[in-house]
Amino acid sequence: MSAFRIDEGAKRVVPPTSIPPVVNGFDENAVEAALRIKDAQEATVTVISTGSSFALDVMKKPLSMGADDLVLLQDDDFDNTIDSFQTAQLLAAAIRKLEGFDLIICGRQASDWDNAQVPLGVAEILGVSCVSLGKKVNVADGKAIVERIVPDGYQVVEAALPALVTVSNELGQPRYPTLRGIMAATRKRPTVWSKADLDLDDSQSEARVMLRQLFIPVSDQECEFVEGEDAADAGRQLALKLREAKII
Amino acid sequence: MADVTGVLVIGQSSAGSLDSTAAELLAAGRSVAASLGEDLSVALLGDAVDAPAQQAIAHGADRVYAVTSPLLSEYQADLYLAAMDSLCREVNPRVVLISRTNEGRELAPRLAFRLGVGLAQDCLEVSVDEASKTLLANRPVYGGNAIAVVSCVQTPQIAAIRPKAYEATELDSSRQGQVVSFPVELDASQARVRVVETVREESEGVKLEEARVVVSGGRGLGGPEPFAGLEDLAKLLGGAVGASRAAVDSGWVPPSYQVGLTGKSITPDLYITVAISGASQHMAGCSGAKCIVAINKDADANIFKDARYGVVGDWQAVIPALTEAVRELMDS
Repeated sequence: MSAFRIDEGAKRVVPPTSIPPVVNGFDENAVEAALRIKDAQEATVTVISTGSSFALDVMKKPLSMGADDLVLLQDDDFDNTIDSFQTAQLLAAAIRKLEGFDLIICGRQASDWDNAQVPLGVAEILGVSCVSLGKKVNVADGKAIVERIVPDGYQVVEAALPALVTVSNELGQPRYPTLRGIMAATRKRPTVWSKADLDLDDSQSEARVMLRQLFIPVSDQECEFVEGEDAADAGRQLALKLREAKII
Repeated sequence: MADVTGVLVIGQSSAGSLDSTAAELLAAGRSVAASLGEDLSVALLGDAVDAPAQQAIAHGADRVYAVTSPLLSEYQADLYLAAMDSLCREVNPRVVLISRTNEGRELAPRLAFRLGVGLAQDCLEVSVDEASKTLLANRPVYGGNAIAVVSCVQTPQIAAIRPKAYEATELDSSRQGQVVSFPVELDASQARVRVVETVREESEGVKLEEARVVVSGGRGLGGPEPFAGLEDLAKLLGGAVGASRAAVDSGWVPPSYQVGLTGKSITPDLYITVAISGASQHMAGCSGAKCIVAINKDADANIFKDARYGVVGDWQAVIPALTEAVRELMDS
């Protein structure tokens, strides 16, 4: 974790140069969920993302996994990732521009700001049914049937289409791209839309959330290492230590 | 519409009793309301909320909005959301606090979008800039590696508070408060998602979120079988068993065991981690533990940075000996 650094003045995380960018893990789960539906029935999978710049070979991974199309919303103005409200407006505007959809699948949250807001916001803006934390997603009879995680197990829920479902890692491993998929992906060109291409509501362009400060928390915890003649003895010593400290 | 004022807590209740998360929110709300010099209200949604209303007043609410409808007898996100939306538009609060429970995870963002305002998500602490009456929210980001201080631009300023980030204040049954009836007109067709079946797959015995002692296992256990050993140790200590995401993703235990950012937040007195490296995402779920004990064969593992006591060694040797010694101590 030593690679994790912050520029406190600029309120930004300094991306480590030694680690290449990746698709957000939960979003790969979302791609996998969509492809499983496509495995079982006739479906077209469009992948959509927003940002100010993209590593195109990274963004093409969902295509090489089996997705049909890639739409990138790219504009210098799309740099603001802390304000979920703005990001959701962009995605909703782009989804409206697409030629219809039945189901939107999103990763539960991004691993940078951990906001977990954009997908639910897109559902609100588009006014579609919303199911969060799916671990299994099926489509049948005009409905999304989702197993969603709850604290003591899971629920099976039905939502009328069109619907938006967020998925979590419990969905299982995303598939690896096949060689054929990689070849097909190299031939595909993403559709790129800038701000001017989207029908955005100017009255909604005001910031909703301000970032005032960003810092790395310091832990003042000192660990006392318990030792013994061997590992088993260390285990016994640990029990005594916990009793001594009246913790057990 | 009323002038913008006050703090509104959205309180959950179940089986005629106020949830502990609502009492925690009232503690957070009391301090925010005091800084603002404004009132603290709580919204209780349900078909009958008389008993939780009195508990909420005893926990510090100046006013209770009894948001009632026969359709609110059970939690359904679309209906709850419609009710909260009506209440917020009527009451016009300056600050809205919601617990980031399983329900709050979806209600808070959707309410914010419906009202066209921002949300400070998953906050550990909220305070007030008194001059501007702005809510300042501390929230972990980048999997807990960093803390961001954020504020909302419009009102209501909404914050989702992580469960157990605040301790409930003592119940004071002499406190007085006002109960305002707020019946809402809802239509069953507003519910767009229907629960067909509920499947429970919780660890047996004490609930993970409520356990005083939790023993969790991680990737280093190598399979599902060693969890039986952790179960023995947990049982001796009257505790529950948890797991890291790596163990859940490997299919060794169900998702309901997961402790961490996207799993459960726990605050036990004693948290014993076995073969867990201690990624920040895991630590995000146990930062409220009073005493963390780490058993890991890698002396450089991140977990030791947050642990009070550590044993560097192979769990296969440490755990049976620890369990046996605990059994003897408990018997004596």
